[in-house]
Amino acid sequence: MKQKRHLARIIIAAVLLASGMLLPQVVLVKPGLVYLPDILLASAYLLAGYDVIAKAWRNLRRGRALDENFLMTIATFGAAILRQYSEAAGVMLFYQIGEFFQSYAVNKSRRSVAALMDIRPDYANLLKDGELARVPPEQVKPGEVIVIKPGERVPLDGVVLTGTSLVDTAAITGEALPRETEPGAELISGCINLSGVLEVKVSRAYGQSTVAKILDLVENAGSKKAQVEQFITKFARWYTPAVVVLAAMIAVLPPLLVSGALWSDWTYRALTFLVISCPCALVISVPLSFFGGIGAASSQGILVKGSNYLQALAETEIVVFDKTGTLTKGNFEVAEIYSPELPPEQVLELAACAGAFSSHPVSQSIRRCWGKELQDVKISDYEELAARGVRAAIDGQIVAVGNARLMKEMAVEVPAVPAAGTVVYVCAGGKFAGWIKIADEIKADAAQAVSGLKRLGIKQTVMLTGDNAAAGTAVASQLGLDKVYTDLLPAQKVELVENLLGQLGKNGRLVFAGDGINDAPVLARADVGIAMGGIGSDAAVEAADVVIMTDEPSKIAAAIKISQETLKIVKQNIVFAIGVKLAVLALGAFGLATMWEAVFADVGVSAIAILNAVRALRIKG
Amino acid sequence: MRKVWKLEDLDCAHCAGKIEEAVQGLEGVEEANVSFMAQKMTVEFSGDEAEISRRIAEVVAEIEPEVTLSE
Repeated sequence: MKQKRHLARIIIAAVLLASGMLLPQVVLVKPGLVYLPDILLASAYLLAGYDVIAKAWRNLRRGRALDENFLMTIATFGAAILRQYSEAAGVMLFYQIGEFFQSYAVNKSRRSVAALMDIRPDYANLLKDGELARVPPEQVKPGEVIVIKPGERVPLDGVVLTGTSLVDTAAITGEALPRETEPGAELISGCINLSGVLEVKVSRAYGQSTVAKILDLVENAGSKKAQVEQFITKFARWYTPAVVVLAAMIAVLPPLLVSGALWSDWTYRALTFLVISCPCALVISVPLSFFGGIGAASSQGILVKGSNYLQALAETEIVVFDKTGTLTKGNFEVAEIYSPELPPEQVLELAACAGAFSSHPVSQSIRRCWGKELQDVKISDYEELAARGVRAAIDGQIVAVGNARLMKEMAVEVPAVPAAGTVVYVCAGGKFAGWIKIADEIKADAAQAVSGLKRLGIKQTVMLTGDNAAAGTAVASQLGLDKVYTDLLPAQKVELVENLLGQLGKNGRLVFAGDGINDAPVLARADVGIAMGGIGSDAAVEAADVVIMTDEPSKIAAAIKISQETLKIVKQNIVFAIGVKLAVLALGAFGLATMWEAVFADVGVSAIAILNAVRALRIKG
Repeated sequence: MRKVWKLEDLDCAHCAGKIEEAVQGLEGVEEANVSFMAQKMTVEFSGDEAEISRRIAEVVAEIEPEVTLSE
């Protein structure tokens, strides 16, 4: 509505201006109508510029003379005094065209980013006493059952009870292929149910749901500005005053100092300066580009918390990966069991019972391999020992399950195990009982992630892992990583990252990517911390600067590529806009550019810079 | 304290910068950040919330009367 009115104003003013300019040339104006062209031009001027003049007046009264509205008003009034009526009206008109184009482009990209992030569910079909009720998602409690029909958005996180369907997760993960769902599968909110009717048991309240967390992240993004943006703000602060001072000097000095210099000539040149005194093109195109870049990233399931991180990503020199869960699947299948005395099944059972309460992937895979339910086993004194293992008393006997470090701490002699894989030692009653070898699968796109980073010019790729050297180096050499550090405790990871930070070039940045379990301190320490695998761990999402919704490491390369392209656009715009403005200032000073050319250049630069900025929204990772 | 305001109809990037600068200069405001694209202003401040809100509303109305400030 507001835009339509603005457009109508521009069109009418354009018609008035054109007729005012053409009338004297096309028809001989009758003596009685000799003022008609001037009246037309004056109406065009007022229609196009009344709000600018009003704002200028208001700001002047408040002592803000260096305001672009005021300067435009001075420039056009000056032109009118010099009897350049059509230029006065033209400058106002084109200024308005520029403004219109700006707000159109900005609104359009705001809308398209909003559409990308349109994942907020409107309602949930709550199943209560055999009847369906449509309620707001906020009212559903964990444990209640909801029904999701084909075409509906999944309102809350939950587990499928009955029904099979295809689910479109693109809005959350950026994954294009729909996912099959069946009873027992976890369902994340924000996805769209495509084919079948699903009954789902809600596992989290709306406030804790995936969708609420993503929206929170996105809505709070952008509060931190990139250095480039700060530079532009500073530039804008001195640009306008500088142009005004130059204009004043041009108007006054030559006529006073140079003989034969005409006041009217130099005043006109000064007024030309004022026409391009607004740094609008720059000021608008830079945030617009970043916004587009962040939008392009979120459409691929990469959530960037602010444009400062987008700029930092573009300057990445070193990428540090955590191994488990980032480069490898972390699914840990039991590959081999060794025991010198006991039957292997018993070693497995001891390990499964000792880790019965652990959510660590290693314990989970041992339990999976064991495949039985806990029965008649008394477990007490359960302890989780970070980066080492677990310990518990099983039927009165102390059982420890963990890595070589744990065994050393407990002073238990264990044999060295060669070859790749994670080895878990089991010790019962202070004596070595056996080991279980667990192999972890490398993610399908891990190699592509590393080669992608190399292509983007990343200088160093490093892997950190708490695993043993054999397992770690095997993965690193298979993926072509530059460096690998193994057998690390969480605190040592922080130390190593600090070390690597010291190796960066002057403007280089270090990116750390991890799955967030035990990673929060490193995520926070790195220049850019990337949490993988979505909204898994709250601490990770809180500490991370970028959250990747899928568990694909290749998205790290995608994020860096998007950031580099965005920065390229930003730099193009800065160089282009400043370059054109300086050129017009120079031409104007020597009287080679008229006000017409100045306003065309100004509006043209804005339009081109904005069109270039809007490109950021369509960057493919 | 930290609070976020919505700036509806914020159409000009330069004005966003002016609002940011003006709010930054208010007494009690530690940091002000206007995101032009998200049409949001995040303000870090100490002191009376109602008083700060009132002064922020004044500043915004003075610089850009078309902009509606909401919480």
